[in-house]
Amino acid sequence: MSAHLTEIIVFSVLFLLVSGMGFVAAKWRAPTDMAHLDEWGLGGRSFGGWITWFLVGGDLYTAYTFVAVPALIFGAGAAGFFAVPYTVVIYPLFFLILVRLWSVSHRHGFVTPADFVRTRYDSPTLALLIAITGIVATMPYIALQLIGIEAVLKTMGVTGDSAIARHLPIIIAFAILAAYTYQSGLRAPALIAFVKDTLIYIVIIVAVIYLPYKLGGWGAIFEAADKKFQASPAPGDGIILNANNQVQYFTLALGSALALFLYPHSITGVLASRNRDVIKRNMSALPAYSFLLGLIALLGYMAIAAGVKPLPGAKPGSVDSNTVVPLLFDLHFPPWFAGVAFAAIGIGALVPAAIMSIAAANLFTRNIYKEYLRKDATPAQEAGVAKITSLVVKIGAVAFIVFLDPQFSIDLQLIGGVIILQTGPSVILGLYGRWLHRGALIAGWAAGMGLAFWMLWQIPNAATGRKHFGGSAFALSEFGFDTPKTIYVGFVAVLVNLAVAVLVTFLLRALKTPEGVDGTAKDDYFADEGDPRIARRLPGTVEKVSST
Amino acid sequence: MAEPESPHADTKPRTDSSPWNWLLLVPIVVPLLTPLFNHDEPRLAGFPLFYWLQFAFILLGVVTTTLVYRMTRSRGRS
Repeated sequence: MSAHLTEIIVFSVLFLLVSGMGFVAAKWRAPTDMAHLDEWGLGGRSFGGWITWFLVGGDLYTAYTFVAVPALIFGAGAAGFFAVPYTVVIYPLFFLILVRLWSVSHRHGFVTPADFVRTRYDSPTLALLIAITGIVATMPYIALQLIGIEAVLKTMGVTGDSAIARHLPIIIAFAILAAYTYQSGLRAPALIAFVKDTLIYIVIIVAVIYLPYKLGGWGAIFEAADKKFQASPAPGDGIILNANNQVQYFTLALGSALALFLYPHSITGVLASRNRDVIKRNMSALPAYSFLLGLIALLGYMAIAAGVKPLPGAKPGSVDSNTVVPLLFDLHFPPWFAGVAFAAIGIGALVPAAIMSIAAANLFTRNIYKEYLRKDATPAQEAGVAKITSLVVKIGAVAFIVFLDPQFSIDLQLIGGVIILQTGPSVILGLYGRWLHRGALIAGWAAGMGLAFWMLWQIPNAATGRKHFGGSAFALSEFGFDTPKTIYVGFVAVLVNLAVAVLVTFLLRALKTPEGVDGTAKDDYFADEGDPRIARRLPGTVEKVSST
Repeated sequence: MAEPESPHADTKPRTDSSPWNWLLLVPIVVPLLTPLFNHDEPRLAGFPLFYWLQFAFILLGVVTTTLVYRMTRSRGRS
């Protein structure tokens, strides 16, 4: 442990520094009245270009980026590079579709995607399903962030043997995170994101210049990786794709892009921006992070070339491949720089974890608490409930890590991605029209979820010896096709979801089932900042109105 | 959720449709065509084609999104 002392000191100092910022953030761009969900949960809907860039970048590129993607590249090669096309495809989609959600939400004061669905389809039940799906999908994603921190702590040797000692540092880190998120809401991650991203950019730029120089150039790095995959008996690995995993590669990239789009936390980040222009401009600027992500992914190959051996996993005989990147820094950089890199990963986990818990809290507050438990809740009560929910969500995420096998963090997230995709027909198609019947959307959602779980259940994982929930690559031979090709579960499930929704719509139309009243108008989807129809929501005035 | 008083207030009808938007299909479709980039050769600075071409797609995304933003903005503001 003493060998890592410098790393631990640097890590702790930076960690405490951003924690301090998290608490101070409540006073940053301070509203007159914090007790409103627009303020706590959306930062006053006032963020401009730069803040949005850091916030959304810090939100979308999580500890998963820094730890699990290179771990996947380290283990399987080219298949793990799907993260790059995935983050290229997403921005044009955001550009076209998400601005409409921003507009309609701005106009009606929606805080969550389920709020939108509720008004668009006049269906609290559909909104409830969307909200629950969002919360359930977000939980493992928050847990994934903990795994990022844990990989770093493990490398620094600050983890004990018993279950409690092993998780104690994470529990402390999350307690601090929970405290400042409770106090400052979305302003905390927005402010911390500046530090996090600056650290990450510095660390990665230094790493991708220095490491290839030390390891004999990029050519030598790819040679070493190629040699490893040639020698390994696994059929799916290699530095380029093979005949069987190409369908998986592009369906996973597209499916993940659509899923990320639907995750409550990305929507929260986007709704917090000031106007349509801020969002559109950011869609040209955010790919800077995709470039960074590609470089980070290649750290997996550098780890192969450097001969990194991952640390043992939770179970005897297993390895924790999430530790390859921290180990790479530990072995090849001076301790103070490794400490900075570790802090970047640790803080990189805090920003998205905070936004995710806020997003989940917003969903619970708006679509469960206010809809079913207390219809006449005041804005102050809403904010209060959301703050407490954000605490509960974080405790849940810690429980995920302490009680479940954390070995394949990326698969936990992929399962979340599969189920969040099932909200796509309601949310995305709802932004363009209302042809699908609300009852049919519920039926489609149920069919998609059912199929997704059945398919995920069928997938074994050779590496861990598990028979079920071993990943998201489904063998097409299970459907009776005579081929070894695999496909992304979420992609199939959402197609079936859509097909069922269309068929049931015809059926319900034929039966003349009521469709409810659309609470939105066509113009709402193009509304922008300063729209004359929006009553100026000055924080404080809302409070007065509700108390008189 | 503050309900707007009248959903059909008298503002001129707006739209965000533009032929330029179709250009955004390029960065959505091209990065998904695996046969296009699933090759080792030719290499660029030691990078197999699989990697450098996908890095280039990021640039493609930036250029098309920026272009569409600029072209549609001037239209929307006039």
